[in-house]
This record gives sequence, C-alpha cells and structure tokens, in this order.
Amino acid sequence: MIDFYLAAEEGAKTVHNPIIPVWQEIVVGSVAFAVLCFVLMKFVFPMMEKTFQARVDAIEGGLKRAETAQAEANELLEQYKAQLAEARTEAARIRDEARADAEGIRQDVLAKAREESDRIIAAGNEQLAAQRESIVRELRTEVGSLAVDLASKIVGEALADEARTQGTVDRFINELGAADVAGGRR
Amino acid sequence: MVIGQSTVLAAEFPPSVEDFYLPSILPWGAENNYWFTKVTLLVWVAVALIIVFFLVSYRKPQLVPTKKQWMAESAYGFVRNNIAVEMIGPAGVRFAPYLTTLFLFILVNNFFGIVPLVQISPMSHIAFPAILAVISYVMFIYVGMRHHGPLKYFKHALIPPAPWFILPLLVPIELFSNFIVRPFSLAVRLFANMFAGHMLLLVFTLGGFAMINANALLAPISLLSWVLTIALTMLEFLVICLQAYVFTVLTASYVQGSLADEH
Repeated sequence: MIDFYLAAEEGAKTVHNPIIPVWQEIVVGSVAFAVLCFVLMKFVFPMMEKTFQARVDAIEGGLKRAETAQAEANELLEQYKAQLAEARTEAARIRDEARADAEGIRQDVLAKAREESDRIIAAGNEQLAAQRESIVRELRTEVGSLAVDLASKIVGEALADEARTQGTVDRFINELGAADVAGGRR
Repeated sequence: MVIGQSTVLAAEFPPSVEDFYLPSILPWGAENNYWFTKVTLLVWVAVALIIVFFLVSYRKPQLVPTKKQWMAESAYGFVRNNIAVEMIGPAGVRFAPYLTTLFLFILVNNFFGIVPLVQISPMSHIAFPAILAVISYVMFIYVGMRHHGPLKYFKHALIPPAPWFILPLLVPIELFSNFIVRPFSLAVRLFANMFAGHMLLLVFTLGGFAMINANALLAPISLLSWVLTIALTMLEFLVICLQAYVFTVLTASYVQGSLADEH
C-alpha cells in the first residue's frame, strides 16, 4: 500500500502548492468575472433600479391620487353641507316671513271687520235716534190734539151737566174776575 | 481493489492537494495545462448560468413581477438592502450592482462544491478568490481616495484619533491590518473554506472506499462514512452561503470604512 502511494506521488510530475495561484486561472477568472460584471451591471441591475423606482412612483402616485380624491370629496361634502345649511336658513326665513305675512293679513282683516261693525253700529244708532226723534215729535203733536180733544170733550160734557158744574164755572169766572180786579188794582 | 475506486472517483486515498489539480479537458488529459480544465469550465458555466437567468427573467420587467422576475429582484434586493445599504448607508446603492455580482459569482461557484457529480468549487483554487480580493482591495482604496483625496485618505486610514505618543505603535498596525492583511484574509478565507470543504468530502467518500476495500467487515463503517458525506454536504451548503455572504459583507464594510468621515 505504502509503496503504491509513494509511487503515485513520484508519478506526479509537479507538486502543486495550493496557496500559489495558477496564472492561467487568474486570466480565465478575470475575463469570466469581467464578462459577468459587464452584463449584469450594464443590462440587468440598472433596469432593476428603474423598476424599483417605477414601483415606488406607482405606489406614491396612487397614494397621491387617492389623497387628491379624498380632498376633493371632502371639499364637495363641505360644499354640500354649506348649501344644505344655507337652504335650511332660507327655508326658516321664508317660513318666518310667511308667518309674519299671515299675522299682518289677520290683523288687517280684523281691523277692517271691527271698523265695519263700528260703522254699522253707528249707522244703526243714528237711525234709531232719528226715528225716536220723529216719533217723539209726532207723539207730541198728537198728544196736544188729543189733549185738546179730550179737553173739549170734557168741557162739552161739563157744559151739558150744567147743574153740576155751574158752581165750578162760576167759581172759575169769579176767580178770573177776582184776578182781574186784583190785577186792576195793582 | 484500487480499480473499483479509481473508476468511481479517479482519485486515491488519502486525498492530496493533487486531487484539486485536474487534468486538462482541451487538450484532453494534458497535465499542467490550465486553460481549459474542469475548474475553468465551471467558472464559465457559472457566469453563463447567472447571465442567462438574469437576462431571461428580466427581459420584460413588469411593475407587478412574475415569479422569475421576483426571484431575480430578490437576489438583487437582498444584497442591495441587506448588505449595501445596511453597511454603507444610502450611498451604498451605488455599489449594490457590483456587490450583487460579486455575491452571485461566489455563491454559484461555491455551490458547485456540492452539486452531485460536479463536486468541486472553482473557489477552492486560490486564483479565483484572489482576483475578487484584489478587486475589492483596489476598489476600497480607490473609493477612499476619490472621496477624501489621496493624501487625506491615507491620513484618515492610517492615523487613528489617539494620543501622539501611541501613534508610532498604532500606525504600523493600521497599515498592516488595512492595506496588507485585508486582501489576503479575504482571499484565503474563501479559498480555505472551499478547499477544506472539498477535502472533507473527499476524505469521507474515499475513506469509505478505502475501508470497504481493506476489509469487507468494515462495510458498516464505510456506510457510516458515506452517510456522513451527505451530512457534511449539508454543512457545506451552509458554509457556501455563509462565505459568499461574508466576502460581500466584508467588501461592503471596507468600502464603508473608506467613505466614513470619522473613525
């Protein structure tokens, strides 16, 4: 066995030292690595960086778009809210106005009605007074004639019943005479 | 007995350094001809795989990614966000393409170490980690000089904020650790991990054959050895990912150190 190994070792023409690089390998390795570097660093990795950037842009762009849309929506919402509030105050204003109008109309109508009634009452009163006046006047004349009639009737009757009334007439005449004498004296 | 083993793995027990130096493919079988061996072929395959995958999956990039596109993006995104930006800061995006290329190149090449029937990583040859380490080394020094200006950069890198009397001790240490050890540690860490991983798999696989060939009674132990090979393959997977990550993170960290304004 040992002889065999020795023979094998002798058979090798050169003894290699693993720590000494073989120059042909250095050349081959350099060229191979240079080719690899050239291709990857020129054609592959810059494209990857570009893709990364594009991806970042896409994401950031998306975020920005979303943000803009959000802001727009918020603005719209604010606008709608403002409009709604405006409409509400407008409606309230209109309602108040209508109420005020109605009240005014009611007051107007009432005043007119009161005036009308006053007027009617006044006219009635006036008419009543006039009628009363005329009735009083009529009555007065009638009472006068009636009194005269009655007086004449009474006087007539009295004359007929002379016997009873002689004394009265006489007295009356006397009194009249007395009054004339007294008056004459004076 | 040796014949069965050779036909299976073309290697003897115990494995040696020579097992890492495979004969040339073109010209076929030539020794010490390294232009076109299994290892260099694997490097090209790795490069081709990565390029094809990325070009196909990223031919028509979409905002909403397909599954393939998503995978390609996650690979880049992982290095970009978890290594480049994490270590260097916002300026790290600039370095993300290189760091990702580095990470993928190491990862795929390492991965050959456990692919069945391939099972050797080009990174177990120090030439390849060395190239990457040199690039990282040149890069972080260049970046530092660009950022601070050459003189200020070296002053910044070599002279830590310390009392003057301790500087004679600190400056050589800084010089040694920042400008001499760094490339070696980078290269050797990766190389040694892959080398050792391959060696471990060889030992347990070939050891199984050696034992069963030596004595049929050792067959159960051979079996155990092969089971362990599978377990070690799982462990290797961890090491593969970890080493690719470590290499990339350290490169990013060196760049960060060059860009930093304070210590």
